[in-house]
Amino acid sequence: MALTLKLNGETHTVDAEPGTPLLWVIRDELKLTGTKFGCGVASCGACTVHVNGEPTRSCQTYVEDVEDAEITTIEAIGDDKIGAAVQQAWVELDVVQCGYCQSGQVMSAVGLLSENPKPSADEIDAYMHGNACRCATYQRIRAGIQRASDILEA
Amino acid sequence: MTINTSRRGFLKGAAAAGAVLLVGARTDGALAAASTDSAQFNPFVKIDADGTVTAIVKHFEKGQGPATGLPTLIAEEIGLRMDQIEYEFAPSDPQVYNNLLFGPFQGTGGSTAMANSWMQYRQAGAAAREMLINAAAQDWGVDASSVTIEEGIVKAGDKSAPISEFVAAASQLEVPAEPRLKDPAEFRLIGNEAVRRKDSAIKGNGQAMYAMDVHLPNQMIAMIKRPEAKGGLAVSFDDSGSKEVKGYINAAVLPNQAGVAVYAENTWAAMQARDALEVEWDMSAAETRHSDQIKAEIMAALDSEPTYNVNKADAAAIAAAIDGADKVIEKTFYFPLLAHAAMEPLNCTIEQTADGNIVLHDGSQMPTGPHMAYQQIFEMPAEKIQIKTMLAGGSFGRRATPDADYQVEAGLAFVVTDRSRPVKLVWTREDDMRSGYYRPAFGHKVRVGLDAGGNIIGWHHQVAGQSIMKGTAFESFAVHDGVDHSSIEGIADSPYTIPGMALGLTDTPKATSVLWWRSVGHTHTAYTMETMMDLAAQAAGRDPVEFRLAHLADAGDVDQKRKAGVLKLVAEKAGWGNAPAGRAQGIAVHKSFGSYAAQVVEVSGDPENGVRIERVTCAVDCGIAVNPDVVRAQMEGGIGYGIGHVMRDQITLTSGAVDQFNFPDYEPLRIGDIAAIDVHIVPSAEAPTGVGEPGTPPSAPALANAISALSGVHVAELPMVENGVNFF
Repeated sequence: MALTLKLNGETHTVDAEPGTPLLWVIRDELKLTGTKFGCGVASCGACTVHVNGEPTRSCQTYVEDVEDAEITTIEAIGDDKIGAAVQQAWVELDVVQCGYCQSGQVMSAVGLLSENPKPSADEIDAYMHGNACRCATYQRIRAGIQRASDILEA
Repeated sequence: MTINTSRRGFLKGAAAAGAVLLVGARTDGALAAASTDSAQFNPFVKIDADGTVTAIVKHFEKGQGPATGLPTLIAEEIGLRMDQIEYEFAPSDPQVYNNLLFGPFQGTGGSTAMANSWMQYRQAGAAAREMLINAAAQDWGVDASSVTIEEGIVKAGDKSAPISEFVAAASQLEVPAEPRLKDPAEFRLIGNEAVRRKDSAIKGNGQAMYAMDVHLPNQMIAMIKRPEAKGGLAVSFDDSGSKEVKGYINAAVLPNQAGVAVYAENTWAAMQARDALEVEWDMSAAETRHSDQIKAEIMAALDSEPTYNVNKADAAAIAAAIDGADKVIEKTFYFPLLAHAAMEPLNCTIEQTADGNIVLHDGSQMPTGPHMAYQQIFEMPAEKIQIKTMLAGGSFGRRATPDADYQVEAGLAFVVTDRSRPVKLVWTREDDMRSGYYRPAFGHKVRVGLDAGGNIIGWHHQVAGQSIMKGTAFESFAVHDGVDHSSIEGIADSPYTIPGMALGLTDTPKATSVLWWRSVGHTHTAYTMETMMDLAAQAAGRDPVEFRLAHLADAGDVDQKRKAGVLKLVAEKAGWGNAPAGRAQGIAVHKSFGSYAAQVVEVSGDPENGVRIERVTCAVDCGIAVNPDVVRAQMEGGIGYGIGHVMRDQITLTSGAVDQFNFPDYEPLRIGDIAAIDVHIVPSAEAPTGVGEPGTPPSAPALANAISALSGVHVAELPMVENGVNFF
């Protein structure tokens, strides 16, 4: 069935069956491949997008439930001031290794900084718990979020 | 290990390849024109007419850094800034892009990417530099010795021009026989802390292209319905349920009957159609055992006469000496099966082009494997098969199966179609967890005897587990006199001086498909060696650092000196012996893949209510650290990988089927599990050695030793959470 999605500030009409995870509409239909498939059960966070500004696991979000929402993916998060600061910090600190989880890490980090501009290490650990990184880049993710916080404060 | 760094050998090959590219015909029949197109100076350096230098990277990038490290070597030797060099992955060609440690075989593994490329890529850069300088000297009528290249600018006296001015002329010159390599004192990029990864920005903004992101026009998604237990064969299927799924195309039994391929228009449809498919299986040859039985076989083997006397010691005499020792420490260890569980589930895409070539798009760790397999599957010569290497979302060894398992699966899923549509094979996380290749389960039984002075007088060590190498193409490489070196590496060949060591090995029967897993045998041998060293030090009433150093005391032995060096450095940096109140420290040191790593883990809490890992300090000696920050990152990652798994992960089998499905039953290390990691690199003038794996082996025993120091609980069977230790 035809659905209308508002994604990265543009309106898209997509053909998807009800019950289709938003992840697969973004990846297979809209061909935006920055949002990753990691587990399919919302336990790794690689598929994180923003729905009305809230980090959301797109692998467990039905497409029909977000028809009226503003969806943002990694491809557009750099247009946001916080997103740009996080991406800058990620490059400065070379946070990434394989990088496959990092779209999700960035999207969650932006979510954290949006609600808590100066998070402590413990607050970062609590908020980012659901974003797995098998390369274990965690301490750079922690440092990256703190660096982004400093960039935004300056 | 021996690395062929013969300059003449390299240059002969380089010159031949360069000449072909410059004056020969391209595969499409057009004449290659160096002056209007890019010029290939040698197999590893291409320079565009506008001066853009591209490093052709023969190793795949799974996060470990060759897409930064190999360009660094070329940029250093030519005289470029890092933003003046790009990278692209080499095509599959086992003659030109072989791993110098693997023979005529292109592949990444064993932490060898930098070690085997170090001289080769520097020479490639130096050759290109000399050609550019000679072209400039001719053009300007000056002596070549007066010409320099710095930051991409060619200079001689008051003359100055970007390298782009000389690309066309230089590419016509003879490749120098002996290009001068820079003296380490001249290095500006190698060893420079400020050099950043080449792939950081694209991996933080979603632009990085992994194999999973390939989307060819008109492609089909294929998923494979596999048997519950390995070895089951598909007999027939009923796809009436699948036909209800919009986007389902059809299904086919794979030619080897290992599963049924389900084809669909998109990934979600493929998942649903596969779920709805009913398959009749012949399970008569499938694995049926339980992990408990496999463990029992391993434990029984430890109590029997070993099949192989690995180090040809007089085991009976050593056992007798230990019986008569002042103190005897005896421990039995068990290490479960482990999955690699890289973030990107396995996948690859295969197509047949208009000219009949087969093209594989893959995060390819060992391109030569699928390249050879596809010659058989498609009955085509090597030159009709191309492999495009994409970024890989991790591997930890999983993408390097000797039988090219998932690429063969894709090939079979494609060969049964009419090949009019590309096929993208996608594994789900559950496929990855349950149909994988695993770190084999291993058992160790060790008895150590000490004399009255607290000195080791005998070390009797039995190992049992399933061989990784036997029955594979790597058998002749790694198995000698029946002993699979990967089962026992890091014990008798450890740099420690251990008097009276007897090492026995027994191969246990095949339990499942097994494979190297980040640091291979060192995953279990380092744990055993380093927790036993701590127990021996404890029994001797000696400090764990002092006790280890006493076994590394031969000043004339470089191996011992370097191992002692990282041990002393980590003890100093971690404040060994001065843990804050309420905390305890554990230490471990291990040599693997030519590098030396030592770590101190500091913990608080208690095993019953939860241990917290407060800090990990690491010292590493990997020779020259080409990209120090990449080395640091690999240590951080290697530590996390090692510690995460021993905390809580294992793969178990019930009637041959893997019990774990997804991350909730194979919980990855999470951000809060390790509060801080500090890495210190030993300055060195030695050639670079491995960094991808050496950070992993000491991490788990250092944690175990810390928990033992904290609580007296010594964990000898893993994972820790199943054996009396909880974590925060």
